[in-house]
Amino acid sequence: MEMFVDILVAVLLIAGCLMSLIAGIGLLTFPDMLTRMHAATKPQVLGFLLIFTGLAIHLRSWAVVPVLFLAWGMQLLTAPVSAHMIGRSGYRTKHAAKDSLYADELKQIVDKTSSAPPTGTFDATSGASGKSED
Amino acid sequence: MMEIVMWICGIMLGLATVACVIRVARGPSILDRVLALDVMLLIISVALCLEMVYNRHSDYLLFVIAACTLGFIGSVTVSRYVSDQRNA
Repeated sequence: MEMFVDILVAVLLIAGCLMSLIAGIGLLTFPDMLTRMHAATKPQVLGFLLIFTGLAIHLRSWAVVPVLFLAWGMQLLTAPVSAHMIGRSGYRTKHAAKDSLYADELKQIVDKTSSAPPTGTFDATSGASGKSED
Repeated sequence: MMEIVMWICGIMLGLATVACVIRVARGPSILDRVLALDVMLLIISVALCLEMVYNRHSDYLLFVIAACTLGFIGSVTVSRYVSDQRNA
């Protein structure tokens, strides 16, 4: 039984570290920013889930589970937000390779807002400024 | 057995860190660099978890949570203030 649990922990830890390695390889080899973002989110959710499960099983303690769940839930909540911000500001600053996109639903909205007459301190180039209309 | 697992995991994390450093040095835009540094922070968190597994303690759990929060705040802040220099 003890042996089985150790092997389970080992498999979970190696799989979790493999996610980090996959993210590193993806960051290095993928051609543009949006595809690199896709690679970078691999260790954030699945990798942490595997590592935390392995840690909780190895410590054989229920006391660490709420803390680990807090850390994992925080990743789950914050990863989409930061990916959204990075992707939006990458789109606005033309770092994303738009030729490689199959569908570009953001284009007409950005065109509409940036062709509007400037009013006051309106700044069409201010990236992901959290404006509600785009 | 834990020794072998730690070696395998450490080598994988080391290779991932090298890849991230290369991307930080090479990355064409600041957003690529932020992304790579975010992944590096995740790798540090994973390494802390591995250390906790190896020495059977749970002292670093708060550091893991702090690293997660720092990565989020950092990437959001930088991407918030990235602006288009060519059109500005």
